[in-house]
Amino acid sequence: MGMIRIDLPLCREQLKTLRAGDEVRLFGIIYTARDAAHKRLAACIREGKTLPFDLRGQIIYYAGPAPASPGHAVGPAGPTTSGRMDSYTPALLDAGLLGMIGKGKRSPEVISAMKHNGAVYFGAVGGTAALISRRIINSEIIAYKDLGTEAIHRFTVADFPAIVLIDSLGNDLYEIGPARYRTLPEK
Amino acid sequence: MREIEADKIGKTVYDLILKASYEIGDDVLLALQEAREIESSPLGRSILDQILENDRIADSEHIAICQDTGICVIFMDIGQDVHILGGDLNEVLCDAVRRAYTEGYLRKSMVSDPLYDRLNTQDNTPPVVHMRIVPGENIEIMVIPKGFGSENASAVRMLAPAAGEAGVIDFVAETVQSKGANACPPLIIGIGIGGTMESAAIMAKRMTARPLNTWNADPRYRTLEQKILQHINTLGIGPAGVGGNCTALTVNIETAPTHIAGMPVAVNICCHAARHSHAVL
Repeated sequence: MGMIRIDLPLCREQLKTLRAGDEVRLFGIIYTARDAAHKRLAACIREGKTLPFDLRGQIIYYAGPAPASPGHAVGPAGPTTSGRMDSYTPALLDAGLLGMIGKGKRSPEVISAMKHNGAVYFGAVGGTAALISRRIINSEIIAYKDLGTEAIHRFTVADFPAIVLIDSLGNDLYEIGPARYRTLPEK
Repeated sequence: MREIEADKIGKTVYDLILKASYEIGDDVLLALQEAREIESSPLGRSILDQILENDRIADSEHIAICQDTGICVIFMDIGQDVHILGGDLNEVLCDAVRRAYTEGYLRKSMVSDPLYDRLNTQDNTPPVVHMRIVPGENIEIMVIPKGFGSENASAVRMLAPAAGEAGVIDFVAETVQSKGANACPPLIIGIGIGGTMESAAIMAKRMTARPLNTWNADPRYRTLEQKILQHINTLGIGPAGVGGNCTALTVNIETAPTHIAGMPVAVNICCHAARHSHAVL
């Protein structure tokens, strides 16, 4: 299985070629947002206010990093469970978001909004925060500083390891993968 | 009677938090390496390679294995012949958590009010503390920084005694099937059977930290542990939940006497970053 290089921002043509199960490496800018930041972003969209960054064509990484120790750009920063963001996600996709990085299953509503907008859901391996932090070469808080770890960080990443979990056609690795390896006889 | 300074307990808890957060146990590491050998999914093997590399980096650079450095759960078995001197024990434990999470560059994940305010306490206090009085004059301390990706996948069910062994297996399998993929597999499954609702849950939590190469002393429960483990690993969930035959590394069961009318079962799921550390004073 080859590694696919993705230079950010995402390009729609390349996104169309990605398939659930592909291993990719990301290079460029990604933005973090998790529970509390999503609540605020969704409120901005609902109220027609300006977002703290232009979502169009961007990737949101569901992560809340640990503090950086001296000499490091960022502390350990693995993915958090994406499903908690599901109720906010369709509105963000409709506002132009093209990619997400997280871990765990997504709702039918999110998958449907992804297909409609040609977006892709990537996975980073949960619990590999130390490894991932070594692939983040710069970090800057750009909004919601009061949220601490939940503030929106702009990360510059290089060789960031990810897997295509749900592709732009809605193929879901959480369905396909386990079905392939399930050996339990059905009752 | 033996006297132990509260500060000494605080210093020990501080060290245990850092050790648990940076260094994965040798037993977990060995189980992950074995999983890497037997995993049949190529993507699953690639994921296990990333996990093993992550654990090496965290250990060698003294940084957190996972950014979710958890709620700090502290188990203390206090000998009844111990007298703790020089301070409020609960305050000492809070202070140890405060300093370890701040000075150790660990994430502060605690909010003071669970429902309305949800304001971060900024220092990861308070810990969740479980104390037991035991014979002797030692204090045994275990620290479990418990992440919530896997905590959220856990469950308690009050089974009827008639549910029997099949009922227990079905409940565990159902819990893993519905939420295991989000809990960072390969998993460690802690199970408490018996007691009351809350004591079953505490047993299950303690069982997430039992050494991986051990089994229940009662051969019936040992067989049940193996049966549940085999069953879970036929579900196909696999490393990171994207397919494979290594969904769980082990299943640990603890039991307690219970009421004639019930059979509480608690399943506490722990991720592959199964962090805990242990000391005896």
